[in-house]
Amino acid sequence: MKFVLLWSDALIFLLVLALIAFFYSLRKDPRTRERWGQVFGSKLGMVSFVVIMSYVLIALADSLHIRLALEPEPGQAPDVIYYDNTVISLLDIGLGNVNVDHERTYSAPFALNSFEKQNLTGADGNSYRGFPPLKYAGQHLENPEDRAADIAWNSVLGLLRGLLIAALLILPQWWFLRSSPLPWRAAWAAQAAIVCSASVLLKLNELYHVLGTDLGGSDVLFQSIKGIRTGVLLGTLATLVMLPIAVSLGVMAGYFKGWTDDIVQYLYTTLSSIPGILLIAASVLLFQVYIDLNPDMFEVGLEKADAKFVALCFILGVTSWSTLCRLIRAETLKISQLEYVQAAIAFGVSNSRIVFRHILPNVVHIILITFVLEFSALVLAEAVLSYIGVGIDPSMSSWGNMINGARTELSRTPAVWWTLVGAFFFMFLLVLSANLFSDLVRDAFDPRTSLGEKDA
Amino acid sequence: MLAYIIRRLFYAVPILIGINLLTFMLFFVVNSPDDIARSQLGEKYVTQAAIDNWKAENGYDKPLFVNGERGFPSSLTETIFFTKSVRLFAFDFGRSESGRDITADVSQRMWPSLALALPTFVVGIWVNICVALLVVMFHATRLDRWAVFVFVVLMSISYLFYIIGGQYLVAKLWRLVPISGFNADAQAWKFLLLPVAVGVVAGIGQGARWYRTLFLEEAGQDYVRTARAKGCSEIAILFRHILPNALIPILTGVVVLIPTLFMGSLVMESFFGIPGLGNYMLEAIRSQDFAIVRSMVFIGSILYILGLLLTDISYTVADPRVRLN
Repeated sequence: MKFVLLWSDALIFLLVLALIAFFYSLRKDPRTRERWGQVFGSKLGMVSFVVIMSYVLIALADSLHIRLALEPEPGQAPDVIYYDNTVISLLDIGLGNVNVDHERTYSAPFALNSFEKQNLTGADGNSYRGFPPLKYAGQHLENPEDRAADIAWNSVLGLLRGLLIAALLILPQWWFLRSSPLPWRAAWAAQAAIVCSASVLLKLNELYHVLGTDLGGSDVLFQSIKGIRTGVLLGTLATLVMLPIAVSLGVMAGYFKGWTDDIVQYLYTTLSSIPGILLIAASVLLFQVYIDLNPDMFEVGLEKADAKFVALCFILGVTSWSTLCRLIRAETLKISQLEYVQAAIAFGVSNSRIVFRHILPNVVHIILITFVLEFSALVLAEAVLSYIGVGIDPSMSSWGNMINGARTELSRTPAVWWTLVGAFFFMFLLVLSANLFSDLVRDAFDPRTSLGEKDA
Repeated sequence: MLAYIIRRLFYAVPILIGINLLTFMLFFVVNSPDDIARSQLGEKYVTQAAIDNWKAENGYDKPLFVNGERGFPSSLTETIFFTKSVRLFAFDFGRSESGRDITADVSQRMWPSLALALPTFVVGIWVNICVALLVVMFHATRLDRWAVFVFVVLMSISYLFYIIGGQYLVAKLWRLVPISGFNADAQAWKFLLLPVAVGVVAGIGQGARWYRTLFLEEAGQDYVRTARAKGCSEIAILFRHILPNALIPILTGVVVLIPTLFMGSLVMESFFGIPGLGNYMLEAIRSQDFAIVRSMVFIGSILYILGLLLTDISYTVADPRVRLN
């Protein structure tokens, strides 16, 4: 076994560490505590946070990549180990390696037979056209008519297992948090719901294809789960790339004014004048040409797809910093006129100290609001970019690629709807909870809206 | 007014030069013309002769910035930068990588784009304002809270699903309109009905939510309280006081989009098979035709800058307090 650290893995773990450090440093600040208290004081905030966290955990589990060692060949030198060329993640192992169990092509949810006819050989040796049975669905059934009862029975088993896990998960939380004023019950209900539905789905998916299979015969439920990593990482990494540019330029323009301000304003006006989607498409195409001409840079296929993915995050970040930069510039202009900054200047405090001690802490709320708002927009943008052909590499699972592959299949009769439903459901849940959460964060942290809501 | 417009147009020049330089860097410095030729020719083992041939045919066989072999004026004009980038200022877009005349294509394909984008835009704004006004009328009731939740739900659905769902329900199951296609004569409305409807519905979540916030901001102002104290009916307050005042922030967000309507929508047009500029760009991106992408970037930027100018002018019309100087 050998660990593989992809660029996107390294970045996401770096981001998680940075976020933990950031919140740890803020834990004593009473104003911040009060605002987060407002966010988590609502049931909606708790539930959407739990949903987002489950997505993030799955994404992190899918970001620990390894290559398994191959069985030594007879006659091979004993101290040399060869590694498998396919990179798998912790999540793949948890799900019971997704890549192995492939059907031939489409099959409907819970189907026992393939969706498409093919030439079969009957018991008497004659060949005929029919729907071949699936290789990995319903193998344990002796009689196909038992299917409904079997599904019900296994759902109950899965539910019981889910309840047990949920109880183990929630009991310690209850022990520590039962006297907390926050609505933890909503969070526990959400956790129990997520654990139970995951348990039922996985239990059933061991025996059937709960969401059917796609054109290449791979399981749609697993594809959708694998899409989580792409969505979550794109949403966070692109913003992470954008932050340093936007914050440093915005603060510089607002604090130093004069020609610095002119240059920064010129930069972001120019950049925001270019139609965003064309700029992104052009940059991605050019990077694609570069990769195609230098194929020797990457050891395994996944590393190439990952390089494209990280490049996409960078491109999305670099092309979208102008909005945040404009906001921060305006806020810094306002803050630097305030008495305490003027007093600091009069005392002869150095510029860097003023920026770091007095200005940056007061624009943090803008950064935070932008971070959560951008997240859902980026997840949605991924689907459109993949459709245009400048998104995620087709070898990586993503919801955009799933939609793209299945969008014309609705016009068949009977329609192939399950791939779209899988991608839709997982994407919708993430974007919805991110949107709800970002609304609450904005209400709590934006001084303008929190005043307006009280007034209205 | 005229002096202001002329001055603003002069401000636009450095921005356009910046865009031009940026796209030039992106297209020619990051990837040399040799790389572009290789990916255009598409074969794995391309001979240098074939590359040179392609470059000569498409005008990429000149140096990037300075042509040392020529005398003064043509040392600067006989370069890729001049022939491919500076000429865009004269709206001379040249030929695409596959040999088509870009200017002719654009002027022909602009109209189907507009035929789709303009109705979507107008109907969309009208529907959004109506929905938002309706919600504001029931402000601080249970209906209002549910409406906001529904807006967020609508916002969270990917644009692609609105299109796919619309095509499946309306065109395939109910067979009311054709699934896709376009016809330039009087039958065009048949093909445009569904895309316009999908575009409007997809925009309701975001749009109505934003307008609701704007209306509520106005509803908290003192003049509204005064009007209520005078005994104005709620309907009169909404339409006579709040709506006209909220128009000013609405204009900022909306007028800037009007010129860019010409550009069309990439996703909409390709799903519904409308031969507009959006489809044109998508084909260019998919076939890696950089000449078209470059021209469209330039056109799009000019339209956006025009939109900014229109926004400023529309301010003076909508708000008598604003004077341009």
